[in-house]
Amino acid sequence: MLTRREFLKLCTTASLSLGLSNTLISEIAQAFAQNLIPKPPLIWLELGTCTGESISLDNAVSPDVRVLFQEIVDLKYHWLLMQAQGKRAVQAVFETIENHPNEYILVVEGSVITKDQGRYNMVFEYNNKMYTGIDALRLIAEKAKHVIAVGDCAAYGGPTAAFPNPAGAVGVWQVIDRKVINVPGCPSNADWMTGTIAHVVMYGEPELDDYNQPKMFFGQTIHDLCHRRSDFETGKFASYPGEPGCLFKVGCKGPVTFADCPVRQWNNHINWPVETGAPCIGCANPGFPDATMPFFQHLPNIQTSLKPINPLTVGKIAGAITALGIGSHLTFNVLTGRLGKHWLQGTVDTDETSQEKVKQEEIIMHKLDQVLHKQETLIDHNLCKKEGLINKMNKLVPRGRKKI
Amino acid sequence: MVKKRIFPVTRVHEPLQVDIEVANGQIVEATITNQLFRGFELMAVGRDPRDASLFLQRICGICSSAHAIAAAYALEDAYGLVPTQNGELLRNLIFGADFLQNHLRQFYVLSLADYIRGPEQAPFKPKPPGGDYRLPDHIEKKFLEHYWQGLEMSMKCHEMVACFGAKAPHVQTIIPTGNIQSPDRDKIITYGSLLEEVTSFIENVYLQDVDIICRYYSDYYKIGTGYSNLLNFGLFPEGKERKPYYPLGVVINGGEPQELDQAVITEDITYSWYKDGAAQHPYQGKTVPDREKPLAYTWNKAARYKGIPMETGPLARLWVKGTYRNGISTMDRLVARALEAREISKLLARWIMEIIPGQPHLYPYELLPNAQGIGLTGAMRGALGHWVKIEKGVISHYQVITPSVWNFSPRDEKGQRGPAEQALIGAPVEDLDSPLSVGRILRSFDPCFSCAVQVIRAR
Repeated sequence: MLTRREFLKLCTTASLSLGLSNTLISEIAQAFAQNLIPKPPLIWLELGTCTGESISLDNAVSPDVRVLFQEIVDLKYHWLLMQAQGKRAVQAVFETIENHPNEYILVVEGSVITKDQGRYNMVFEYNNKMYTGIDALRLIAEKAKHVIAVGDCAAYGGPTAAFPNPAGAVGVWQVIDRKVINVPGCPSNADWMTGTIAHVVMYGEPELDDYNQPKMFFGQTIHDLCHRRSDFETGKFASYPGEPGCLFKVGCKGPVTFADCPVRQWNNHINWPVETGAPCIGCANPGFPDATMPFFQHLPNIQTSLKPINPLTVGKIAGAITALGIGSHLTFNVLTGRLGKHWLQGTVDTDETSQEKVKQEEIIMHKLDQVLHKQETLIDHNLCKKEGLINKMNKLVPRGRKKI
Repeated sequence: MVKKRIFPVTRVHEPLQVDIEVANGQIVEATITNQLFRGFELMAVGRDPRDASLFLQRICGICSSAHAIAAAYALEDAYGLVPTQNGELLRNLIFGADFLQNHLRQFYVLSLADYIRGPEQAPFKPKPPGGDYRLPDHIEKKFLEHYWQGLEMSMKCHEMVACFGAKAPHVQTIIPTGNIQSPDRDKIITYGSLLEEVTSFIENVYLQDVDIICRYYSDYYKIGTGYSNLLNFGLFPEGKERKPYYPLGVVINGGEPQELDQAVITEDITYSWYKDGAAQHPYQGKTVPDREKPLAYTWNKAARYKGIPMETGPLARLWVKGTYRNGISTMDRLVARALEAREISKLLARWIMEIIPGQPHLYPYELLPNAQGIGLTGAMRGALGHWVKIEKGVISHYQVITPSVWNFSPRDEKGQRGPAEQALIGAPVEDLDSPLSVGRILRSFDPCFSCAVQVIRAR
């Protein structure tokens, strides 16, 4: 069996031209044959989603979906694929919970809809009881060995949670009281999903960053890996999408988005947005889409209540914010929400915004201003050691998780 | 009379619940419920209009390019823009490849499991109890191979989409005036060779597989017929005139196609979970979700044409164009989808030759502070329209009418069932524990509930 180190090498940039190569599959098959690792059951739960992740997963090349669902895991429930319907299908969920407690993997696609106690999204009926997405998620997650949130919606709320968030969509981690491995993207790249699932099966939880995203896929910014990076360095900028040159000025969010798209590319390495001349819209960013819109507006137009952010430091600031980690997730969400609102001028807030909520937000915004201020100071002093920076940042922001 | 609920109806995009009443082995009453509300149009308000095609395609992961295209058309209409020839061709090539992707996936991944028993292996495990499966073993075996091949082919179609669209699902290049990816020679060659492979699969495998299913399940030419009212918004504009290859039109009671009049499209929320009255003021009224509304049973609204429920999809397109008029039923929908895939594969082969590398594929345009526009097209599963209103440079109003809002609409104020509900009436149910006919009929419409719940307003 491959060592974990070798596996990581396969998954990360070194051998990307091969994708998750066939080596991996034969290794896994061998491991199963020798009973080195058990084949875990897997439940795939769709909540408030466009089904983009399921479709993207179908685009997996090696391992492909058949190998993934038949040879790497034992697929129990996936409503887009399974033959049975109604009660017979749902029965598989309950049987898995009962027969394989703390063995199965739960993959969640789509954000958790919380409006009206979650009744804006019902997912199945069993024994004459209707289950909301929240009910189903809590029930299945309780006895799952691992919970993996795929796509931006499941990880952070994503487009479904875009302002004014009519359905009250939130990420999976905000609803269940346990660790969630986040695999973002809109949709998530097939390799990111298959790679994470394969790692979980073979070696357990992969090394995660502060957002609980696998480092092997989300360790560097698009900007750092971009093949137009030299254009940025030499100051060759495109003035309209589709032109050659760095796309920063036409809205590229590559500097604030951690993902390996430039080297991994999309759809069997056919293409990827920046190659076409389309700016990165930051779809793997925890704040997507509000924090990265307008898509064709370049970053300097961000206004905080503190002051306009300087275009040359914005990448560093946003990078630092990203590095702050899950502890500051709330802060980041508020930041993005606030920025989102600022960009969405003329938007009338929904009726639901209570006085209390506004007050709370003001307090957080005040704290955030302080954080931003301190951050800029830190960055000005050019503290290059990222680790040190993260530690210092972590001390600055309040810890705490938002619960619904 | 026995009542039966099936939830979820699997192999459908997003949560579909169906409640049927069965008497003497036949369905006598049916309601279809969409159990997911997200509200994308409310989110569109206040945003930069240039983001519309990128943001609103997030409505749907299976037909994302359709929403991107409709949004681009709507903005072009609002700003008075004409796309470049190359830009239009590139968009058609992306869109057409996404059609093939959808049709292959729809048949092999979503529909086929209704007609073959399959092995004791995921995703054919667990199996529906009992069941009326009629294919002999050797054909079953062949079909199972085709199941995985079909999946692979739809993956290759997505590679074609990505050639000019950067990635799939959710392409990143479709904008007003054209397409961001230029028609590079290497991309054209890659696209062309993938197209050849996919075309060969469609002609040699897909069409024949559909033919075999039709022969073994020929009674389904009489099951799932519905109202026989068809509607099409037009699809694939071509040439300088921008005349759609699949023309606009409506068919009432299976007759001759008539011209489409957009002014008589309305929607009804009598049985939808929205507060009453919102439909009265199309451009001013605010639609408010109301999950407690008495009698209401779905998030879908009921789109109507002159107050009539209409079916839309590949069958409607081919019927209006005149290339297929055999009938309107479960099997006819499957056949029309396959024939449409073949027609589109031929179109793509023509368009790829019409591209002129080096010629403009987009151009900068002026953003007007106030404007409004309509973008009509056909999505994979039928007529799709986007309506946009821009004030002070930002989107002030957005509405989307999707195919599933036509096909899977609930009852209206007159009590008329939606087209798919109507199609279920009279269908045989031999085994109440395993009502296969229900799934077969519903999936022939290729339902997509990710798209269906939008806050639409009458025009």
